[in-house]
Amino acid sequence: MPIPVRLRVNNAPRQHDIEPRLLLVHYLRDVCGLTGTHVGCDTSICGACTVLVDGKAVKSCTMFAIQADGSDVTTIEGIATNGHLHRVQQGFWDCHGLQCGFCTPGMIMASVHLLAGNASPSRAEIADGLRGNLCRCTGYSHIIDAVAQAANSTEVTHG
Amino acid sequence: MQSTLSHRSLLEPKSLRDALNMLRQEKSLVPMAGCTDLYVALNFGTLQDTRFLDLWRLDALRKIERRGDALSIGALATHSDLIRSPLVRSRLPMLAAAAREVGGVQIQNRGTIGGNVANASPAGDTLPVLAAAGAFVWLQSASGTRRVPFTAFYTGYRQTVRRHDELIVAFEIPAVRGRQWFRKVGTRAAQAISKVVMAGVVPSTGSGRAADGSVRIALGSVAPTVVRATRTEAALAAGASVEAAQRTLVEEIAPIDDTRSTAIYRRRVAANLLARMLAAR
Repeated sequence: MPIPVRLRVNNAPRQHDIEPRLLLVHYLRDVCGLTGTHVGCDTSICGACTVLVDGKAVKSCTMFAIQADGSDVTTIEGIATNGHLHRVQQGFWDCHGLQCGFCTPGMIMASVHLLAGNASPSRAEIADGLRGNLCRCTGYSHIIDAVAQAANSTEVTHG
Repeated sequence: MQSTLSHRSLLEPKSLRDALNMLRQEKSLVPMAGCTDLYVALNFGTLQDTRFLDLWRLDALRKIERRGDALSIGALATHSDLIRSPLVRSRLPMLAAAAREVGGVQIQNRGTIGGNVANASPAGDTLPVLAAAGAFVWLQSASGTRRVPFTAFYTGYRQTVRRHDELIVAFEIPAVRGRQWFRKVGTRAAQAISKVVMAGVVPSTGSGRAADGSVRIALGSVAPTVVRATRTEAALAAGASVEAAQRTLVEEIAPIDDTRSTAIYRRRVAANLLARMLAAR
């Protein structure tokens, strides 16, 4: 039986009647049409589905959408502002922090969460903050470069 | 293959009392919180249960506080809460260390200590800490509460003394005297399930016979449940050498060959960890 939920996705209020069995990632992709959040492993390992729920990074393949009722959800689509990339997105662009790009939305959202709690992380702290995200292309070093650049970026940030 | 979801349902209690009444009324309700274990089983197609009780919003169960000389940790405290808590970091640093080894940040933000314990995997990373610390589990039902020593909580592989109408509400951890130690050994540094996980307390003097307590050792992934190595502890208290204690430990544990490791490797690693713990002064 569908249950009414109200939440904010990328600052936009959303209200839907959804089945309790709907995973948050499928709600975001199939109901909201926000397909930037990827499903990699379905088993909470790869981190491609990472989004922020009330500012905290979570794997949206291991959470029901109704559990986000009343919450603020931020996806990869919600961090650029007025056509300007978020500093973490810019870091991945500048430092070649991706190859195939499949893990990138999750990597970026985990990095946004990391920088919110630690404005100037060391390389070891960046690696630790991204331990819940797998990348099978880059060998991670360019990803760490990207996050380090974002941390040092003096741009006004909107994240 | 993903399990069928269409015949599953989720109850959302508004309060602990509400949750306990629901549990009393319905035997097959499965409590859940961060779901970091449950949904993996769901996605693997191995989850049999159909009706669930969502505890996530019961914030009263999330408190970490001092109660007299003891530390009280609510069952819904997440691993991130444990890592950040000044009380945990100062009084039980081995628990903060264990919480840091659980999954990645996203799992630490959702997974709870109560869930780690209730899931009853012998590989749970916080379990050896609670065993070594001499913790107690507080269980509550609609008809009352009871306190169970953590070392008596598990009765077999994935079996606990929790009745279906009870919830784990908190853990009580008496003051721990001595140096705390924790180490997890897995396939890779991040996000791996333990091959061997060990927590221990060594009296500050470094001697097994110190006046302020004895060496305490607990291990995971080496037996059907988390275990306290009581024979090894007794040997050390009686003055055994490190080598003799290692031999006792290797005989005392009962690891198996499985997808993650072998019994031989686990015995060797457990012995090495014991020496490491005793040497790190």
